[in-house]
Amino acid sequence: MLTFIARRCLFMVPTLVAISLVAFAIIQLPPGDYLTTMVSRLESEGQSVDQAMLDGLRERYGLGQPLHEQYLKWISGILLHGDFGQSFEYGTSVAGLIGDRLPLSILLTVTTLLATWIMAFPVGLYSAVRQYSAGDYIATTLGFLGLAIPNFMIALGLMYVMHTVFGYSVGGLFSPEFRDAAWSLAKVGDLMAHLWIPMVVLGTAGTAGLIRILRANLLDEVRKPYVMAARARGVPERRLVLKYPLRVAMNPFVSTVGWVLPALISGEVIVASVLNLPTTGPLLLGALQSQDMYLAGSIILVVSVLTVIGTLLSDILLAWLDPRVRLGYR
Amino acid sequence: MSHDEPLLAIDGLKTHFFTREGTVRAVDGVSLTVPRGKTVCVVGESGCGKSVTARSVLGLVDEPGRIIDGRIAWQPGAGEPVDLTTLDPKGERMRRIRGGEISMVFQEPMASLSPMYTIGDQLIETIRLHLPLGKEEARDRAVEQLRRVGIPRPEERLDAYSFQLSGGMCQRVMIAIALAADPALLIADEPTTALDVTTQARIIDLLRDLQAETGMSVLFITHDLGVVAEIADEVVVMYLGTVVERGGVDEIFHDPKHPYTNALLGSIPRMGAGAGRRLATIRGNVPHPSDRPAGCPFHPRCDAAIGGVCDVSDPPHIVFGEARSVRCVLHDDGAAVGGDFRVDGERA
Ligand SMILES: Nc1ncnc2c1ncn2[C@@H]1O[C@H](COP(=O)(O)OP(=O)(O)OP(=O)(O)O)[C@@H](O)[C@H]1O
Ligand code: SF4
Ligand SMILES: [Mg+2]
Repeated sequence: MLTFIARRCLFMVPTLVAISLVAFAIIQLPPGDYLTTMVSRLESEGQSVDQAMLDGLRERYGLGQPLHEQYLKWISGILLHGDFGQSFEYGTSVAGLIGDRLPLSILLTVTTLLATWIMAFPVGLYSAVRQYSAGDYIATTLGFLGLAIPNFMIALGLMYVMHTVFGYSVGGLFSPEFRDAAWSLAKVGDLMAHLWIPMVVLGTAGTAGLIRILRANLLDEVRKPYVMAARARGVPERRLVLKYPLRVAMNPFVSTVGWVLPALISGEVIVASVLNLPTTGPLLLGALQSQDMYLAGSIILVVSVLTVIGTLLSDILLAWLDPRVRLGYR
Repeated sequence: MSHDEPLLAIDGLKTHFFTREGTVRAVDGVSLTVPRGKTVCVVGESGCGKSVTARSVLGLVDEPGRIIDGRIAWQPGAGEPVDLTTLDPKGERMRRIRGGEISMVFQEPMASLSPMYTIGDQLIETIRLHLPLGKEEARDRAVEQLRRVGIPRPEERLDAYSFQLSGGMCQRVMIAIALAADPALLIADEPTTALDVTTQARIIDLLRDLQAETGMSVLFITHDLGVVAEIADEVVVMYLGTVVERGGVDEIFHDPKHPYTNALLGSIPRMGAGAGRRLATIRGNVPHPSDRPAGCPFHPRCDAAIGGVCDVSDPPHIVFGEARSVRCVLHDDGAAVGGDFRVDGERA
């Protein structure tokens, strides 16, 4: 198991390097360099440009030097000092902006993932064990609805219902009075009260998908000879289902760990915008629109790295769960 | 514990599958007995209902199959026999019989073991399901069981997974699991079909030794008449969900009465018959049980079929002795008709 983890970590290195190269390329994408963009922007706003400051920045980003020098300067700044560069849209450091938003994104992702699992697991299990029962049909119908209705529609619908019926505003993750307040128990409570809406919105499609997958996998597994063999040696039915086929059918749950984060950040921008969520998705969208390249590139970099880590975690979990993966037989 | 009643007596068993395309009469009036301490071989072409018969015994028939008629009398001890068809397949009594009194070994040894758990886990699970042993004792017994089925270094093998073992080793493990709680009957459903020839021979030898050692009965399902000759005490020949002939192994091989048995025997590949020896296959194909021919199910392929008789009326069940019977009109001299009136009567 340890060698497995070590090997996986080693394999991560080239992936991470490739990701950083792509992020760097994205930063370099707009015509002209960062400084010319900034100068033209400042001038268009009628401000004067301080030559000394320009020289300082040129030095800091290694502008005018060959590309690989610039890359090295950029990446070592990130790795050694946590310096992701400046956002000229916001006029602050990119690190600070991401630091504000990322924890909430991760929190939302993790809680959504957990909620998805908690919902999908028993329902999928029930659907498979009681195939074609009334409950199975209900779960299937709800599941298809969840898959078919676009998430932003669910978001709008929920907001509308909550607002008109309960007179309760559901945008954002905090009530106005807590938005800029320091962390306190009351603020955590407020967060929890807001969190469930995006969780429901973002989780329905995932839950529905997982239910289908678990049901299909389980139905496949219960027909395998080892299930019949276990039954033939007197394993009680309930224990049999939970111990044997379910173990195998669980693999898709674990495999989803890796890709929920990017899905949440890229795919759910619309939902985040509709619900006014302070997550990284809208931030990335805005940065791309205004060509705020250090911000955009950094978000892409950070999210990609987190995805790689997520995939690593899911691989480790899978190996822990499935001896065939662990021992390299598959 | 020696009494005359057979350990297992199947009488008029009918197991049908109610599929969307229609009813599949997979087992349609099977009667056979397994005496104590004996090996009974069930032979017949693919699809004739051997596996479904075996599974019916343990209540393991897949959806949409159901036992719709017949009795399966199980009498391990001196008491009254239990009719296994009346037990709830999900009930506790049946659960205790499975693996405890009657064990089963399947065709695909590798697939019969879960890849997610070690073989030790699955073996110890079975032991603890049926015997009142603690963890340590169960583990010791598991090691002993693995040693008994000829697995080298059993202590280490306990922690192996099925995919780390060969097919032959997996089948030994399955046999160890089957015998872990000292069952009175072992049902082996083509346990060697998926294995290579050398391994087949070793597994057959192992089963024969274990049978001699424990005195258990064995119901052995196979295609391979060579294996039958080697291990059987009695033989049951099945065709399309019915038993067409029963008899001692010598009677079946030297005095086959049913044309189908004859044809099967003609299809054994004879060793040393020179290069290119081929199975003399029986003319025609086995019809699917859902479109069973009227009259004798074998008549479209039978060389001795009597027009106007065999294709019209069910063949009579001729009983020659306790373990000897045949279902064919050729042996009907009017005297020895007996037995399964219920089955015949119902179909008329
Ligand atoms: N789940 C099922 N649904 C429908 N029909 C079935 C099912 N299981 C078995 N059958 C039918 O029952 C018949 C007998 O099957 P069975 O498996 O007992 O044959 P067999 O004699 O064991 O053959 P083989 O030598 O190939 O193992 C087959 O024709 C098959 O089509
Ligand atoms: S009953 Fe007729 S068709 Fe059937 S086996 Fe006997 S002779 Fe052949
Ligand atoms: Mg079979």
